[in-house]
Amino acid sequence: MAEEDRSSTRQQERRDFMRILGGAIAFAGSAVAAGAVAKAAASSARSPAEPPIPGYDWGKHRWAFGVDASRCIGCLRCDVACKIENDVVLDPHQFRTWVERYVYLEGEESPRIDSQSDPQNIAAAGSGGDYRFDDRYRDANVSKAFFVPKLCNQCEHPPCVEVCPTGATYKAKDGVVLIDQAYCIGCQYCVQACPYGARYLDPRKGVADKCTWCYHRITKGLQPACVEICPTHCRVFGDLNDAGSEISRFVRGNRVEVLKPETGNAPHVFYLGIDKDVS
Amino acid sequence: MIHGLLFQAAPYVGYVYPNETVISWSLLIVIYPYITGLVAGAFIVSSLYHVFGMPQFKPIARFALLTALCFLLFAPLSLLIHLGRPERAFHAVLTPHWTSAMAAFGYVAGFYLVVLVLEIWFAFRADVVAMARNARGALRPLYRALTLGSDDVSPRALAYDHKWARALAILGIPTAAGLHGYVGFIFGSLKSREWWSSDLMPIIFLLSAVVSGVALLVILYVTVWKLRRAELKDDCLNGLAQVMWAFLTVTLVVEALEYVEMFYRAREGIGTIVKLIEGPLWPGLLIQGVGSVAAFAVLTVLITVGTRSRNFVGWLTLSAALLMVAVLAMRWNVVIGGQELSKTLKGLVTYRPELLGRDGVLTSALLLAGPLAVLWVLARLLPPWEEARPA
Repeated sequence: MAEEDRSSTRQQERRDFMRILGGAIAFAGSAVAAGAVAKAAASSARSPAEPPIPGYDWGKHRWAFGVDASRCIGCLRCDVACKIENDVVLDPHQFRTWVERYVYLEGEESPRIDSQSDPQNIAAAGSGGDYRFDDRYRDANVSKAFFVPKLCNQCEHPPCVEVCPTGATYKAKDGVVLIDQAYCIGCQYCVQACPYGARYLDPRKGVADKCTWCYHRITKGLQPACVEICPTHCRVFGDLNDAGSEISRFVRGNRVEVLKPETGNAPHVFYLGIDKDVS
Repeated sequence: MIHGLLFQAAPYVGYVYPNETVISWSLLIVIYPYITGLVAGAFIVSSLYHVFGMPQFKPIARFALLTALCFLLFAPLSLLIHLGRPERAFHAVLTPHWTSAMAAFGYVAGFYLVVLVLEIWFAFRADVVAMARNARGALRPLYRALTLGSDDVSPRALAYDHKWARALAILGIPTAAGLHGYVGFIFGSLKSREWWSSDLMPIIFLLSAVVSGVALLVILYVTVWKLRRAELKDDCLNGLAQVMWAFLTVTLVVEALEYVEMFYRAREGIGTIVKLIEGPLWPGLLIQGVGSVAAFAVLTVLITVGTRSRNFVGWLTLSAALLMVAVLAMRWNVVIGGQELSKTLKGLVTYRPELLGRDGVLTSALLLAGPLAVLWVLARLLPPWEEARPA
């Protein structure tokens, strides 16, 4: 009797186990199916179809940017041109490109650094839409000083793309990191992830924004606005696939550096004439 | 004009990138990991009874489940309000970008919500069936609906309930741990921010989450039971004190290791980190440090002497309150501190939340009070008290 009881209990247990197992398999199956659907959607978000730009094939270009910092005079025309060309919010805090001023005073080891966002410089400019560096060092004993233009580095391994939860930001085949502002949810994870501070939230649109090397211009064979306006030709832009292009010669003919190479992001903005304190 | 423009930028010293003068992740993102942490902690307490069968936690096991659910309902809200385009929030779920830790949030939190709701259903089903029979008026059809047509309360059916509640609780433990570990990963995995970039971040988040969740339950247990004029059980109080002390001990050690490692490695920017600690972050760090060490001292005495000690309940509640504040300060110190330390490692931004506005203090206070209000209603609908159980 006891034996019978035990065997029926065991059978019951086995039935229960099979039921749970069946449930688990059904659950796992539906999870896998959901995952497959999501993956298909995700892959479409990650590698969007080629944009319909007449006469442009993004598989044929490898854009790159060069900055010869020793040529920069800090006139900040690049900032103004960029803001107008790209409809960047006209205030002194959000920029697709900016210029940093490094000044080493005699007897000081670390440089004094500022940009056009510095309150004194904003006051000197007089408006949120115009930019200039003030002359605070006019009477100082300067031992070394230089300007460094900054912009999005369009990294080979962009952390901003890695962290984007929707795939709204993605790397185009020609190497430029773009943002689909109609899809961005404005979580600002990409703003956090960029080690260069190149991204910001556009307060008018509630979405992320950053330099695209004037994608709307370069895909039509034009130069980015900042390159075009620079009076000292400190900025160089072009196609690395064209060995004769100015950027190819710039990278080939100089010992260039990139910013924060230790991040492994592999930037595509190449610098000349910067210093150990530039980060 | 210029003053108006300057007003929206956070004050800073040294050199910070221009785009950094607007703090991206505000108070709402401090509240978000705090709330998910409370969920994880409350859930762990309920599991100590439901999974590990520790009888001392029986009086609050079901109450802890309801607490976890109420706070979980509000966790996504702080994220949602913070989005630049909240109406697009579901893009992250419908077309997730799998390399993003944030894309997992909808799935992990959603899965956890399902597990929690199912566990609550099994844990309360017998009560709901009884209430469907006894309730009057509008509540009767509600309870009827909540039974989902399953009104069998035979011993066999109850055993089945218990088995499923336990299975779900077992599943819930790794899910809760995953949910909160992942929150730590969101911060710890970013190489762009020196203050966040640490392998210990998920562990610290997870451990402190349990501390804050248990502390919340201590406060709720003492206040709610006193309001109900119900008896506080010594075993339960002792158990909560022990769990809180154990998790606090490990949290303190791991956090101390984090700081020691940072200073011992002394990588680039350590000088600015010292200025961050002495400068904009010192109030938060002081609250976190003093709160947790004081609570640790009190709890050490309490678990040594036990409930015989004078005013055990008062001291336990005090240490729980200290820990809730300390963990909130820790969330602030991580989320805000990480952004106050500039990516240039050569400057510091100071963030001061506004009082009103979308990400102001008021919104966050409402987000923290909301779960308690929902809990108040839910505890009336589904009384989790042991004496309310049907015989």
